[in-house]
Amino acid sequence: MSFTTLRGFSSKITLLGGFANKRVYIRPPIIINTTKFGSLSLLSRHYSAKKYTEEHEWVDVDENGIGTVGITDYAQTALGDVVYVELPEVGKFFNQSENIGAVESVKAASDIYAPVSGKIIESNNKLTDKPSLINKSPESDGWLCKIELSNPDELDKLLDKQDYEKHCSSESH
Amino acid sequence: MPLKKTALYDFHIEKGGKMVPFAGWSMPVQYSNLGVLASHLHTRENASLFDVSHMLQMRLSGRDRVSFLENLVVADLEELPLDSSTLSVFTNENGGIIDDTVICKHDDHIHIVSNAACADKDLTHIRKEISKFQQRGGDVDLKVIDDHALLALQGPKAASILQELCNKDLRDFMFMTARHLNIKGFDCHVTRSGYTGEDGFEIGVSSSASVQLANLLLKYPSVQLAGLGARDSLRLEAGLCLYGHDLDDTTTPVEAGLTWTIGKRRRKEGGFLGAEHILPQIKGGVMHRRIGLIIEGAPARENAEIYNNENELIGKVTSGGPSPSLQKNIAMGYIKSGYHKPSTELQVKVRNRMQKAQVVKMPFVPTKYYNKK
Repeated sequence: MSFTTLRGFSSKITLLGGFANKRVYIRPPIIINTTKFGSLSLLSRHYSAKKYTEEHEWVDVDENGIGTVGITDYAQTALGDVVYVELPEVGKFFNQSENIGAVESVKAASDIYAPVSGKIIESNNKLTDKPSLINKSPESDGWLCKIELSNPDELDKLLDKQDYEKHCSSESH
Repeated sequence: MPLKKTALYDFHIEKGGKMVPFAGWSMPVQYSNLGVLASHLHTRENASLFDVSHMLQMRLSGRDRVSFLENLVVADLEELPLDSSTLSVFTNENGGIIDDTVICKHDDHIHIVSNAACADKDLTHIRKEISKFQQRGGDVDLKVIDDHALLALQGPKAASILQELCNKDLRDFMFMTARHLNIKGFDCHVTRSGYTGEDGFEIGVSSSASVQLANLLLKYPSVQLAGLGARDSLRLEAGLCLYGHDLDDTTTPVEAGLTWTIGKRRRKEGGFLGAEHILPQIKGGVMHRRIGLIIEGAPARENAEIYNNENELIGKVTSGGPSPSLQKNIAMGYIKSGYHKPSTELQVKVRNRMQKAQVVKMPFVPTKYYNKK
């Protein structure tokens, strides 16, 4: 996500107070698939954690290779009350970093980029009538879309939680 | 260059202001207790307090101050009653707008407020014109007021609050007039005006008293602090221009829909910079002009392209976004003359998709200025 418009104020939203995500994500235990060779499967190597982008998006990939995408709590705080969401079309294929939609508040419009390449298999239609779900629950009920990953290796280039938090605190100062 | 701070900077931080750079100043875009949307609606229903001390305040004195200033702006300042103010524009030789400004006429001086973002160029321009005027023997002097803060109290509850605080009947204090008011011991220069479309006041007070005054106003539960975010969406709904976006030095007041600011006598006599370009436009028309739009679908922001239904590019959005009061997407922009009539159906391109749009009259939200009925 990047803030494309913040008319007249500054090119980038600055946040005082910094990153304060106290949410705890309870995830099901990761099932480690052991193969007959006794090593971890390819899937579990990639799909072991929620990943983040520098553009303040998250992607959470399940064991079937389906990634749920949303914007982070930091992003929704910076953006303010979301009043409009543009979601990607189901069935469409996007390359990593391609623009797939937008999230808008009164003060700014923010493009959403595909955190990973793949086909959109679902969009969160609840957001059309209730864009404020993104503010209330950015990293759960306010998810944007689900992507069927075409190249799971891309996940390696994304940030883990710790690196993402560092990235946020560097942006706040 | 380090950002400038108003006298209320520490106060903003203390109150949870999210400070952003704006026109060389560090200003609150919003406060932690209220998002932009809530702050906007609060202003329409209650009252909001804005620090607008970053704006350039000037005091023009000297015997020939009125005739001097009439060379620079389009307003009829001769006709302007004492203790009254008017919106006007500083024009350049080509008829473009250097800045928009509010001019208030007093018996011994003229008080001028203009945009923070234009402060340097305004001062350069005015000082250059002053020195030319003085060489011709004119008596005029300019002083920048830098020891006074400016607080805007805006919203339907503003008047009753101010009335109680200064213990004066304000029922005959009309829109765009000015008064000196003693507010709880503080000597204030108050105009009944603002940038939100609401009834309200802009209160000039010495910097040293500004925090105390702000705290006095904030004691009222119906008053909340508001920042640049709400100020922008409020003024957009009120159809008011933001310089650098909806106005610039290549746009004339006629194109900008500000012909009403050109006084009757000024239309006949001219005598302001660029008059020879501007005045013929009043009768002869202009190539493009500022209009209001309501847009379906996604909000259109600055620079979104405007098309007619034949898919010809006919203009551009200069300010736009979701309107919290109307819950519709509103925008102002400039389009080719001929398409400017209300109800004209057009299209606006947002993220490469055409959205339906309709030309509408501004203000988008009815203004509540305190005028004689």
